[in-house]
Amino acid sequence: MSRYTGVTDQDLREMLDAIGVGSLDDLFADVPEGVRLDHPIDLPDGQSEQEVHDHLASLAARNLHCDEEVSFLGAGMYDHYVPALIDTLLQRSEFLTPYTPYQPEISQGGLQVMFEFQTAISELTGLPVSNASVYEGPSALAAAGYLAKLETGRSRLVVSRGVHPHSRAALRTHAAGYGMEVVETPLNPEGATDSEALEEAVDEDTAAVFVQQPNFLGTVEELGEVVEAGKTTGAMLVCAADPLPLGVLRPPGEFGVDVCVGEGQTLGNRLDYGGPSFGFFAADQRFIRKLPGRIAGETRDVDGRRGFVLTLQTREQHIRREKATHNICTAQALNALAGVVYLSWLGKRGLVELAELMLRRTHYAREALGLKPINPGPVVREFAVRAPDLDALFERARAEGINPGFRLAREYPEYQEGLLVAITERRTREQIDRLAAVVASVRREPAAAGAAPEGGRE
Amino acid sequence: MSEDVLTIFERSRAGRRAFVPPPTDVPEVPVEELLPASAIRRRPAELPEVSEPEIVRHYTTLSAKNFHLDEGFYPLGSCTMKHNPKLHERVAALPGHARLHPLQDPEHAQGALELMWRLQDALGEIAGLPHVSLQPSAGSQGELTGLLLTRAYHEDRGEERRKVLTPDTAHGTNPATVTMAGYEVVKVGTSADGGVDLDDLREKATDDVACLMLTNPNTLGLFDRNIEEITRTVSDAGATLYYDGANLNAVMGVVRPGDTGFDIVHFNLHKTFTQPHGGGGPGAGPIACSARIAPFLPVPQVVRRRGENGSEPYFDLDFDRPKSIGRLRGFQGNFGVFVRSYAYIRSLGADGLKDVSQVAVLNANYLKARLAELSEYLPVAFDRTCMHEFVLSGRGAREKLGVRTLDIAKRMLDHTVHPPTVYFPLLVDEALMIEPTETETKERLDHFAAVVKEIVEEAKEDPEVLKSAPHTTPVRRLDEAGAAKRPVVRWRPDAENPGDPGRAERDAASGTGAM
Amino acid sequence: MAEASYPEDLKYHSEHDWARVDGDQATFGITWYAQDALGEVVFFDPPEVGAQITKDQAYAEVESVKAVSDVFAPLSGEIVEVNEELAESPEKINQDPYGEGWMVRVRLSDASEIDSLLDADAYQELLQTGS
Repeated sequence: MSRYTGVTDQDLREMLDAIGVGSLDDLFADVPEGVRLDHPIDLPDGQSEQEVHDHLASLAARNLHCDEEVSFLGAGMYDHYVPALIDTLLQRSEFLTPYTPYQPEISQGGLQVMFEFQTAISELTGLPVSNASVYEGPSALAAAGYLAKLETGRSRLVVSRGVHPHSRAALRTHAAGYGMEVVETPLNPEGATDSEALEEAVDEDTAAVFVQQPNFLGTVEELGEVVEAGKTTGAMLVCAADPLPLGVLRPPGEFGVDVCVGEGQTLGNRLDYGGPSFGFFAADQRFIRKLPGRIAGETRDVDGRRGFVLTLQTREQHIRREKATHNICTAQALNALAGVVYLSWLGKRGLVELAELMLRRTHYAREALGLKPINPGPVVREFAVRAPDLDALFERARAEGINPGFRLAREYPEYQEGLLVAITERRTREQIDRLAAVVASVRREPAAAGAAPEGGRE
Repeated sequence: MSEDVLTIFERSRAGRRAFVPPPTDVPEVPVEELLPASAIRRRPAELPEVSEPEIVRHYTTLSAKNFHLDEGFYPLGSCTMKHNPKLHERVAALPGHARLHPLQDPEHAQGALELMWRLQDALGEIAGLPHVSLQPSAGSQGELTGLLLTRAYHEDRGEERRKVLTPDTAHGTNPATVTMAGYEVVKVGTSADGGVDLDDLREKATDDVACLMLTNPNTLGLFDRNIEEITRTVSDAGATLYYDGANLNAVMGVVRPGDTGFDIVHFNLHKTFTQPHGGGGPGAGPIACSARIAPFLPVPQVVRRRGENGSEPYFDLDFDRPKSIGRLRGFQGNFGVFVRSYAYIRSLGADGLKDVSQVAVLNANYLKARLAELSEYLPVAFDRTCMHEFVLSGRGAREKLGVRTLDIAKRMLDHTVHPPTVYFPLLVDEALMIEPTETETKERLDHFAAVVKEIVEEAKEDPEVLKSAPHTTPVRRLDEAGAAKRPVVRWRPDAENPGDPGRAERDAASGTGAM
Repeated sequence: MAEASYPEDLKYHSEHDWARVDGDQATFGITWYAQDALGEVVFFDPPEVGAQITKDQAYAEVESVKAVSDVFAPLSGEIVEVNEELAESPEKINQDPYGEGWMVRVRLSDASEIDSLLDADAYQELLQTGS
C-alpha cells in the first residue's frame, strides 16, 4: 500500500473473494510466464514526500533561472511577468484535474474557457476561426502544413529562413511523414524575408508558404509584400506570429493570410525550461471543417439555456480515425486557460500599452548597445547585432549577473558573431544600460587573458 | 440572459483595467517613427476591459461548473484518471524549474538536464527499452514519432514499406497517426476471446508492412496471451513493433513491453504518471526504443557525458545524431510535466509502481465482479479476467429497458460521478469502458456499483428519467447537432448582445464596426 | 423523423443508397435505414457538378454529430445537379430521405448497371438478415 492507494488486508481479502480468485497473482494469469518479471525494476526505492521534495529542490537549485540573472535571452520563449491571479486560478482543482469535456453538461467551465480563448485568439490574429489549442508553436506550424496538404493536394512547402529554426525543423520532420518537400528561402541583407526569392521559389506544386512576424531576428516583415509574393500560384499563406507584438502590429488576418499560428508561452505561461505552453491555430472561415484539434461551439440546452459543447468533432481522430484532420487528442487546455486569463488581464488597452513599451525599449536597447545591427530596419521584441568578441561579452556579462542573449551562430552560421537580444516589459532601462556598459567595456578592453570558466561552451 | 453565462467579453466595460504597465522609462518615440505605416495596427484587438476582481470571480464561477477528479470518481476508460499528488504542483513551481529558460546554457541547467536524464532512465527501465526521448508533446505526437522512426529505420535499410497494421479496437489516434506518417491503415480483426485474431494477423503481416501498432492490454482491457506470437510474426515480416503505452498502468513491474518483443513504446505521462489532465492537457508522450531504432531518435537527446580530467560527469543536450529524424517540436519538450512525473516515480519506486499496477487491476476486476449482478442489462463484453479496465455493453438495457448507454451516462451526472468512456471501442455495441484506477478505495468502488444499480432500477421504473437526464447539472442536454450545423466558435457582439452597452453607441458614433 | 419506408418505385444499393431512374438520368440519396443509423445529419458536402462517379464507390460523405458515413454511388455517371438546399438544411436527409433529401442527379453512363440493384423487397430482406 502506498500513500495513493488504500488496499488494506481486509479489503484485499474481500475483493479477491468477490472476484473469485485466491491471490493478486491470479489476476495476471494471462501474462505468459516467460515474460513476467521475476525481479523488481531497477529503480531507486520510493521515498517520503519530504525526501522527494528535498531531492527535487536540490536539482532545481542547480539551475540558473530568470530570477537569478537579468536575461536578454529569447529566441522563441521570453521572460514576461505572469500575474499572480493566474497561479490562483490554475491551481483550482476544477481546472487542473478533469479531462477533455466529453460530457458537456458537467464541463461548462472548461468549454466556456475554450470558447473565450478562441475568441481572444481570433481578435488577436484578425482571423475568424480558432481552435482551442495545439501543443506549441513549431507543432502548430507543422499542423498547418498538414492542413495545406489536405486542402490543396500539392506536395511542396516553402518556408522563409526568418521562421524560427525549431519550427522549420519540426516542419521538415513532420513533412517527411506526410510526404512533402520543404524548401527554404533566404533573408535579404536587412534580415527580412527576401520576397523576390520567395516568389521565385513558389510554383504550381506549392501547397503553402510560411513566414513569421516578427521574424526570428525581430524584424518586422512587410507582410503585404510577402503575402503577394507567396500567393501567386494559389498556395496557402501561413504566418507564425508572436502574440504580444500584435498589440502594435497589424494582425496577419488583415493581410489576407489563410492561417495564423504561433507560440503562446508569452501569454501567461511560465518558461518551464521550454514547456508546457500552448500553440494557437487560427484560420480563414473556409477552413473551419479542416482545423486540427478541439473546437468549442456555442449552443443551447433543452431548457433554452446558453451552453457550450465540443463541436465539429467529425474532424477529429476519435470519429474520423484515419481520415482525421490531425491525430491530436490531449492538447494544452490548462495553458490555454492561462492564455485567455492573461489576455483578459492585459485587456484591450493593456495589450497596446505593453506592446508599445516593448517596441520603444527594443529600439532604445539597440541604440544603447551601439553594436552593428544585422537587421537595421524596424524591429520589435528582439533584434540582432554583431558583437566582435562574444566570448568576452558573455563572460563579463555573466560576471555581472546578466545573460546577454542568444548566440545566433548556433542556428544561423551566416551570422557569426551574431547576438540576438530579447526585450520584454521586465527588461528595464536600467538593466539595458547595464548591458550596454558591459558591451562598451568589452569594446574598450577585448578579451583579457585568463578568462573565467564561465560561458563559451555552446 | 442568465448572469452567470456571460463570457468575459460581455463583462467588459470601457475604461476598466486589471493591468497597470510599468512606467515607460525610455523615450516615448511615436510608434509611427518606429514602424512602417503599413505594419501599424489601427484597430485594437477587442479584448475585454475588466478589473482584477471581475476576472477572478468570472473564472472562479466557471470552474464551479466543472466536475473534477478531486471531487469524485472519474472512471473514464483509457484515460487513467488517477489522483494527482499535490506535492507535484509545489515542486513544479520551484523557480529553478518554472523560471528556467529553455535555451539556458546546459552548464547552468544541470539540475533540469539531470532530472530529464533520470526520468529517461526510469522510463527505459519500466518499458524494458533503454533508449528514450522525452520530446513528444503528448501520446499522439509520441505515436507519430514512433512511425517516423519506423520510416527512417526502413529507409535506412533501403526498404520502402507502405502499410501499418492496427487492430480494429485501436484508439482513434492510431489510424489518424498512420495517415499523418504517410502510411496506409490495415485493420487486423479481434478474435472471440478479445485478443488479436492470429490468422488474420498472419495473413496481413506481409513484407509490405512497416509496423504493427498495438496496446497490451488492449482497449477492451484484456491482456493478449499470444503477445509473443504476435510480435514474432510481425518481426519475422521485417516490420517494427510499436506499443501504445496508454494502458501501461496495468503492467508496471509485472511485465515490460520491451520483453514481449516491442521496439518502440510511448508513455502518456498524463495517464500513467499522473500529470494532471488540465481539462485537456498539457501532457507528454515520451518514447523508448530498442537499439536498432535508437540512431533515429529525435534531437536533442539528453545525455550524460564523462567529465574531463576526472571531474564529475555532467549532463548535456546532444545534437550530433546524423541519422536522427530531427525535431518534432521546439526546445526539449514539456519539462514541467517531466518534473511531476519524475517526482511521482521517486515517490513510489519500483515497489510502489508495481503496487500501482496490481491495485489498478485488482480494482477493475473487483468492480467488474460487483457489476456482474447487472449482467442482464449491462453484460461484460468479454467474460474473462480483465486488467486495469473492462468494457460493458449497454445492449441489454437497450433491449429490455429501452434506454441506451448514453442515457445511463447522462443519469450518472446527476449522481456526481463521471461516466465511463462511452461508445468506444467500436467493436462493442453500446460500449461503456470503465477504468477505476488504483487510487480509488473499495468504498468508492462499492458506491459506484450502487449508483449503477440504482440507475438500472430507475430505468425499470421510469426510463424517461434517464432519457431526459441530466437534471441537476448547470446545463441539461445540449443541442450538439445545432452546434455542428451552424458552428458559432467565437463571441461576436450583435444587436441582441452587444457586450459593453456603451461600446455599441461609440461604434455607431465613430463608424467603426466590430469584425 | 419519417417512418421507416422503402418506396416501391426506387432501386436500392446494399450500402444503403437509393436510385430513382428517369430515362438516361437518375437521382440518388440514402435510405431511411441509413439516415436512422446516422442520427440527425448536420453536414453534407456534395461533389462538384461535372464530376464522374463510379458505381459502388463513395462519392461524398454525410455527417452527424458523432459519425461520418460514406455515400456510395448505386450507378455510374456524371453529376449534372446537386441538391443545394442541403447546405442550409441537411436535416432534410432525415425528414424526407427520398424526396427533399435527394443528394445528386447524374447522367448515367451504363444503364445495364441498373440490373445489379435491389428492388424494395430485396433491400428490406437484406436489412432483416443484417447487413
